[in-house]
Amino acid sequence: MLRLIVRRILETIPVLVLVATITFFMMKAVPGGPLDTEKNIPQEIKVQIEAFYGLDQPLWKQYLSYMGNLLRGDLGPSFKHANRSVNELIAAALPVSLELGGLALCVALLVGIPLGIAAAVRQNTWIDYLASTTAMAGICLPTFVMGPLLVLVFALHFEHFNASGWDFPRDRVLPALTLGLVYAGYIARLTRGGMLEVLNQDFIRTARAKGASETRVVFRHALRGGLLPVVSFLGPGIAGILTGSFVIETIFNIPGLGRHFVTSVFNRDATLTIGTALFYAALVVALNLAADIAQAMLNPKQRAN
Amino acid sequence: MPVTATASPALAADAVEPGRSLWQDAWARLRRNRMAVIGGVVLIVLTALSLLGPLFLAYSYEEQNLALGAAPPSAAHLLGTDKLGRDQLARLFFGGRVSLLVGLAATSVSLTIGVLWGSIAGYAGGKLDAVMMRIVDILYALPFTIFVILLMTVFGRNFILLFVAIGAVEWLTMARIVRGQVLALKRQEFIEAAVALGLRKSRIVLRHVVPNVLGPVMVYTTLTIPAVMLLEAFLSFLGLGVQPPMSSWGLLIKEGAEQMEEAPWLLIYPAAVFAATLFSLNFLGDGLRDALDVRASKD
Amino acid sequence: MRYKTNRRSVRELAFTALAGLVLVAGCGKPPTLVGEGDRLQILHRGSSSDPQELDPHIVQGVPEHNILQALLENLVTEDPTDLHPVPGQAESWDISPDGTTYTFHLRAGIRWSNGDPVTAHDFVRSYRRALTPSLGCEYAYMYFVMKGAEDYYKGKTQDFSSVGAEALDERTLRITLNGPVPYFLSLLNHYSWWPVHLPTIARYGDPYQRNNRWTRPGHFVGNGPFVLERWEVGHVIVVKKNPLYWNAASVKLNEVHFHPIESADTEERSFRSGQLHVTEQVPQSKISVYRRDKPQLLRIDPYLGAYFYRINTTRPQFRDKRVRQALAMAIDRKTIVENITRGGQLPAYYFTPPDTVGYTSRSAIRYDPEGARQLLAQAGYPGGKGFPPFDILYNTSESHKSIAEAIQQMWKRELGIDVRLLNQEWKVYLDTEKRKDYDVSRAGWIGDYADPSTFLETFLADSGNNRTGWANAEYDRLLKEASRLGDRETRYELFQKAEAIFLDEMPVIPIYHYTRVYLLRPEVRGWNATILDHHPYPYVWLAPRPEASLATASAAAQRP
Repeated sequence: MLRLIVRRILETIPVLVLVATITFFMMKAVPGGPLDTEKNIPQEIKVQIEAFYGLDQPLWKQYLSYMGNLLRGDLGPSFKHANRSVNELIAAALPVSLELGGLALCVALLVGIPLGIAAAVRQNTWIDYLASTTAMAGICLPTFVMGPLLVLVFALHFEHFNASGWDFPRDRVLPALTLGLVYAGYIARLTRGGMLEVLNQDFIRTARAKGASETRVVFRHALRGGLLPVVSFLGPGIAGILTGSFVIETIFNIPGLGRHFVTSVFNRDATLTIGTALFYAALVVALNLAADIAQAMLNPKQRAN
Repeated sequence: MPVTATASPALAADAVEPGRSLWQDAWARLRRNRMAVIGGVVLIVLTALSLLGPLFLAYSYEEQNLALGAAPPSAAHLLGTDKLGRDQLARLFFGGRVSLLVGLAATSVSLTIGVLWGSIAGYAGGKLDAVMMRIVDILYALPFTIFVILLMTVFGRNFILLFVAIGAVEWLTMARIVRGQVLALKRQEFIEAAVALGLRKSRIVLRHVVPNVLGPVMVYTTLTIPAVMLLEAFLSFLGLGVQPPMSSWGLLIKEGAEQMEEAPWLLIYPAAVFAATLFSLNFLGDGLRDALDVRASKD
Repeated sequence: MRYKTNRRSVRELAFTALAGLVLVAGCGKPPTLVGEGDRLQILHRGSSSDPQELDPHIVQGVPEHNILQALLENLVTEDPTDLHPVPGQAESWDISPDGTTYTFHLRAGIRWSNGDPVTAHDFVRSYRRALTPSLGCEYAYMYFVMKGAEDYYKGKTQDFSSVGAEALDERTLRITLNGPVPYFLSLLNHYSWWPVHLPTIARYGDPYQRNNRWTRPGHFVGNGPFVLERWEVGHVIVVKKNPLYWNAASVKLNEVHFHPIESADTEERSFRSGQLHVTEQVPQSKISVYRRDKPQLLRIDPYLGAYFYRINTTRPQFRDKRVRQALAMAIDRKTIVENITRGGQLPAYYFTPPDTVGYTSRSAIRYDPEGARQLLAQAGYPGGKGFPPFDILYNTSESHKSIAEAIQQMWKRELGIDVRLLNQEWKVYLDTEKRKDYDVSRAGWIGDYADPSTFLETFLADSGNNRTGWANAEYDRLLKEASRLGDRETRYELFQKAEAIFLDEMPVIPIYHYTRVYLLRPEVRGWNATILDHHPYPYVWLAPRPEASLATASAAAQRP
């Protein structure tokens, strides 16, 4: 296990380098730069500003100097947020995203897994259909419908919550629900599928034949293997939840990471784009590693090897 | 039978020729599943309406009546009109063509890549697995929006690009799920038995591994289709994909969501059609999963 | 504290999640920012995006202006009702008879927010900074009316004494212009002319370079009615009353909070749930709802801006001005503003917005589909036959899309021309437009200051903002002549002639003139309709009406 972890950490380095490199060159390749605005900047001034940001250097020099700074942990200055560094922007947005993501993850798991198990255990009965339908609702209603709908009902009609913002503790409820319910839908469906795979396997029959109670069969024996697809999904899934969602942060006006991820591209704020991409890459790799370890542990046969 | 009861029927089929194939069995079981049959019928009806419905309408999807604006359902416009006074029913039919095409085609692309990638990585293991899965990690992390903008500026407006863009992202999670399943399967008795029997690797992957991961794949596929349809709306909004005045279900839902209070019919009908499609797909998917479940089939 | 999360939050969160969702009907109203603001004289203002910076010599946008207006004050400031220049840091000024020399007399005892006195030297140092090439002030051309400013900015001289800004003593500032500029005092109300505190800037880095951290909360030193208290990206900017401001006694607001909310839908919902006193925008679909149900909250003010389509006159099919006129005449502008934009926008039959400081174009185009068909036939395309299909380029936006779809149909119906729509992401769109790689492209132009020249000079042959490939020597000559004159009547006559040429040549198709459409709560007082959407904060205050709170209380009581 330790060897696996060390190897994967070593593998992360080329992943990060490649993500930074590819993003860097993609940002250079798209038309328009950070300084392009509707009103034309006189050429002589554009030259001055470009010189300040080093944009007048040949591409390979810009790349090397960016990677050099990166080695020292400096993600560079942001263009759009002119007096902030990318490190500062990520540091400010991260706690918000983690808080929202953590709550959403709880919603997703607490709703998704029980629904999935119930549906699988009572396959093709009304319980299954009800649970599956509930799960599907989270998927059928995209966040840009679910979010405003929750706001209309709970914030504007019943007035229990504020429509947007991140000022009061209860401002967390609606965005966490919106984000969590989408993932809950996925998790429920995947849990159901995974459980059905396992429930028909021989070791479950054996356990049942030996007289184990149904509860014991489901939770002791079936759940382990049944959660495999969910765990595979959760690696990138959790990374997605924790880094926030552009749509939800926009609907609820939340100062999280998700917005930087998208708007920095629209602003051609290359340093911020690369910074968020790197952060996301590190998170994906780490969580996929965690998922792989969890998988190995859930699957005794794989663990034995 | 020479191979023990733990073996998959597919493996059994290799060893002894059965009377009915796996697929025939599956078809028979599928037909007995009521929800799956209903799902299939609804899908066929929706597809037929999208293709043929416009022939029976008095309005085209692009004909405007600006003075009318967003009007609620009436005898002239059964599902009302959008803010430019266009017939919502016509737009729904035409949008269905786009969404169903994109949903099925792009999902097939991601399905094919994802299943192959995941099974190869999982089955091969070792260095190849590491490299393949780190490529998946990289693709997860690359900012999708730049990729889309880049595609558009290099190739211009092109409907095919939509599939490329969607295919490029949607197969990643599929690959991870398949790999996870394959890793688990690899050590099971019947695979080991197949190896012991001296079957070729490619044959093992195609005949024994792939059919056994079909369950989770089927479930995730039915989840991918709505994701793809909504992604299409995002891409079309950015300018890649359908060009206005053409529309799609995703775009109609998106526009409806912006006016859900003033003109709820603009959200309700597209959302209802979208939901009907997804429910049908899921019940059909569940039915297929059950039908193809090689272990359950032995009951 | 309102914006801080504390340990209790998790517990309260769990509680509210339960209470809110299980006992849907039984839970109380949450505290709102507006309720608290009304009590404490805190104005909550929606702002469409985060400011790029709070350095007046670097920023370019409207949200930046709205914040800087609270933090800095120039020699003159604006009257809250019609924005005419009134004394600010200067208590009076003399203008030489030829209109080229302005001598400003500063108030006695005015101070920066750190206690330093504000002197005439501060202004000269600020101008020097704004004009220093290495800073790259993008609005420096606003200074070009001042003697020697352009040469210094373009590096033709390193000697700032050649520039017409001089501190005669601590309290007297003399500015010499190239010629009479009748709108000079209005120009001073553009933030590029506003003063900064050089010693503070020097403390946090090179004052003549970008990325200086002096604009952070705690660092910022200004001379305006408010000081910068907090700046959290994507969340809030808080400014607090400045006790050292010369007119602090008449400032009634204690704080202003700027909430960057990019989505108009989100902003409208925030307004409705009591998080904002005033919004930046209103979603198009909501305008008629407010007009019908709550007209007292909806504000529609005239605004100095034009929405138009550029025509790429270098494309062969658009070289003939009759084609351009035909396209312009086939658009039913009234239908567009009434059914699509819906915010009281004015159909534009000329380019400069009507009554721009007393100027309204006498020439105008007509909505005349029959005349348009004839012109198109004369140009060789009867019934639109043989006219090459072309694209309308627009940047990603629901509203631009709707307008383009409507115009697409109008051109098809009236002229028989096939048009495609081309939607590009903002920066790609800018790039395409600047490279003149478009056929017809949507655009907007907001006046920088209150004068017709800010519109007409956009289409000078050498203007970087022209982008149509159109050039007309007579047009350029008329505008250059107008820029040298001080007499308003004569200038306006020249503008009339120039605009007549412009409308005959039709390198752009005016569509509508903007209005500012926003939501404003009734307790906000002193918030007037002004053509530049400026609302000087010292004149704004909150007067919550007791009957308003009673109304909400009874509404709440009616709920089960």
